Amino acid sequence: MKKVLLVAVFAMATAIMYAGGYRVSLQGQKSLAMGHTGVAVVSSESVFFNPASMVYLESRFTASVGASGVFSNVSYQNENTGAFAETDSPMGTPLYAYLSYKATDWLSVGLGVYTPYGSTVEYEDDWAGSHLVNNIDLQAIYIQPTVSIKVNDKLSFGGGPIYVTGSVNFNRNLSRSLTDLDGNRSEVTIDASGVTNWGWTVSTLFSPTENFRIGATYRSEIILEAEDGDATFENIPNSPILPFTNGTVGIDASLPLPAELSVGLSYKFCEKWMFAFDYNRAFWDVYEALVIDFDDETGIPDSVNPRNYKNASTYRFGLEYQATQMFTLRAGYYFDESPVQAGFFAPETPRNDSNGYTAGLTVNIGDHFQVDASFLYLHFKEVDASYDPYNDLITGGQAPFAGTYKSNAFVPGLGITYKL
Amino acid sequence: MGVLAIGFVSCEAEFENPVNEEGFYDSGEADFSQYVSVGNSLTAGYADNALYITGQQNSYPNIMAGQFELVGGGEFTQPLMADNLGGLLLNGTQVAPNRLVLGPGADGALGPQVLAGQPTTEITTSPTGPFNNMGIPGAKSFHLVAPGYGSVAGVPQGLSNPYFARIATSESATVIGDATSQNYTFFSLWIGNNDVLGYATTGGSGVDQTGNLDPSTYASNDITDPQVFASVYNDQVNALTANGADGVLINIPDVTSIPFFTTVPLRAIPLDAATAAALNQQFGLYNTQALPLLVANGIITQEEANARMINFQEGQNYPIVTDDDLTDVTAILEGFLPPEQAALLGQLRQANDSDLIVLTASSVLGSQADPNDPTSIVGVGVPLGEQFVLSAVEQERVATASAAYNATIEGLANANGLAFVDARTALAQVADTGVPYNGGLLTSTFVSGGAFSLDGVHPTPRGYAFTANAIIEAINERYGSTIPGVDIGNYPTFTASNDVAQ
Repeated sequence: MKKVLLVAVFAMATAIMYAGGYRVSLQGQKSLAMGHTGVAVVSSESVFFNPASMVYLESRFTASVGASGVFSNVSYQNENTGAFAETDSPMGTPLYAYLSYKATDWLSVGLGVYTPYGSTVEYEDDWAGSHLVNNIDLQAIYIQPTVSIKVNDKLSFGGGPIYVTGSVNFNRNLSRSLTDLDGNRSEVTIDASGVTNWGWTVSTLFSPTENFRIGATYRSEIILEAEDGDATFENIPNSPILPFTNGTVGIDASLPLPAELSVGLSYKFCEKWMFAFDYNRAFWDVYEALVIDFDDETGIPDSVNPRNYKNASTYRFGLEYQATQMFTLRAGYYFDESPVQAGFFAPETPRNDSNGYTAGLTVNIGDHFQVDASFLYLHFKEVDASYDPYNDLITGGQAPFAGTYKSNAFVPGLGITYKL
Repeated sequence: MGVLAIGFVSCEAEFENPVNEEGFYDSGEADFSQYVSVGNSLTAGYADNALYITGQQNSYPNIMAGQFELVGGGEFTQPLMADNLGGLLLNGTQVAPNRLVLGPGADGALGPQVLAGQPTTEITTSPTGPFNNMGIPGAKSFHLVAPGYGSVAGVPQGLSNPYFARIATSESATVIGDATSQNYTFFSLWIGNNDVLGYATTGGSGVDQTGNLDPSTYASNDITDPQVFASVYNDQVNALTANGADGVLINIPDVTSIPFFTTVPLRAIPLDAATAAALNQQFGLYNTQALPLLVANGIITQEEANARMINFQEGQNYPIVTDDDLTDVTAILEGFLPPEQAALLGQLRQANDSDLIVLTASSVLGSQADPNDPTSIVGVGVPLGEQFVLSAVEQERVATASAAYNATIEGLANANGLAFVDARTALAQVADTGVPYNGGLLTSTFVSGGAFSLDGVHPTPRGYAFTANAIIEAINERYGSTIPGVDIGNYPTFTASNDVAQ
């Protein structure tokens, strides 16, 4: 039986993972297995997906923790030159932990810790696009105290403040050709960690019937402002004609974590089945440019890297089947629209539109424990793209970086839920 | 799940048609598996007046070999120098200078300066060959077939070439012999530049040896006889094609279009009205009496007299120069004038728009020849030396010889069914209009143009990348291959550094 189920699950092979930009939609194995739907579902992952749902959880105490292993690959090639590169990114490990406690019949409180934004991309050093990025590691941890209030059996509200702590490490070469006397490419590493800020989330759940729910969640924009970051220059020729020298200088930089609105529905049918649909709108237009402001005394001009993202939508579909008392099977699909506009395809987040296929299952062990597993295959079409607003450091001329990209990602995930 | 996860790690994002998969690019009729390049400094990757590692890595043959890998090309070995300084040692004594960098001179102004440091490349320590890149800096056409050109013993007397001595398989080896004794399926040959270059860069101070068929009697700055060139070039092509290899022949660019000849302005002497008038007075008798007298006596033509007139004016002026193609009238003038003055006027004229002044004149022109004599300004009170000016007559000799060499090269390419690269036209395009690339315009402007290194003669890596693309294009045309070129914007130009030799 077990074997059959495993086969079934992997034959369905579905899951989600990256949304456009550096949004990483991996906030719960149950939800992920259903195409990362959940805004109108009551589950142990509702702290994130819809805090208003928490109050309808049956158990007095519910805890869910989990992690995913993100294996993402990007290949680049340029047919005009024969240039070729592929990333050798380390496994990303986004994680989550949710607690909810039913204080009274009408009030639940909870805490969520999750990592909705992040990016880890490592190209071979000095590859063809190394003047744009060699490697980047972006992390943001959200900590969210949450309340959920029931108005009546059909309507509830939820929300809470969000505390974010983030870090970024980014390395690129300073130009397409600048080297020191020994031919080592001149490069800069931007590093900022322990960057914090506050945001908030608010949500509602409306259940017109026992089997039909509608939900909405809004999470605010949070701008990570690094005011005491470092920029370390290496392999810089010793000459006054260049604005920088070897060594570390201070920088200011900011990175937006955009607001996201989710609306959706869920519908239970034939006793054992549930269908869910989520629509996400990510307000990426806040990300106009990555600006590195070097400390004034360095005399280094600001580095302005236009991104010009647009708002983007994601359409998510999920299905759940209570196969037995022990097993719950899930599958899903989503279409994720990229916020990257034509001519702004930067290889640090090489995201075109993608299709996510998800699957997973929950195994109930006794009355208190659940093991939640999911798998996501994220498929990107091969795309011809370019990043146009790059100006050569020496000539000042515009030098678009163009080529063909092909990406994919495989994301297995595992979680545990405890109910009391 | 764990097992599956491990499996996913190897799931690369694969293109439908990966460029690095066999068959994406076509090798056409040619076999690029083993490539040998033969030539001079241009083939070696010489730049900034030296041969050094990063320059070699950006040599046009190495760039081409990198692209050949897309069509089955194999490893390409080069006799890499020991460092990035570029100087050469012979038994511990430095015999070739370090590379040039853009650095501060004695007055603090930025210009080409010799990089500081103790070089470590010893001529007598042979790196292990054979080498696919057989570009020997300084080699002329006939040197490639000359036994002993790589003799270490001959280096101190200037009888052999230190770069070849470093890698030659024996004291009596020839460049072409060491090249052709390897296994190769494809070759390139670019030789002949130095057969006119030395003459040109020294302001025509050598001899045009046209008519002299014995190259062993040539001095280093002479122009090689075109028949000698044709003969040795034919031998080289025969040797290189003897094993049935395909290849490409590259012709000789117009050496006078390089920054070495186009950077120093002709009207380099600023004068105010009073100084100009005073100078004109000094040369008054020479202009109005001496020259007409020489014409009247049939010693010089009226045309030459016109060319020898000296006339300064307020503003920027042409310098006075010595021209050894003028009739030497020193002896005659000594009958009328003090010897010093006679010597000054003996082969004197003022520069004109048809002259080219060499880059190395920039530190001499306008300086005081005698630090204690303020009237000894070079170009005004003292003529600019013959070796700094390439006159129209001298340019014509260079052009005539180059045209003859090029006729030979193109003819032999056609006769042997080899690819032919018109480097002359390609370089003319860089010099005349510039060549646009992704992010800039490649021109021959000294330092800033991007094509030429700080010696004003040899290309930068970007210039070599442009050259590689031109050669690849010719190869594709001849052999029906589809080898891609490179993005020349990714290749460096010059390096700036304050670490200059004092």
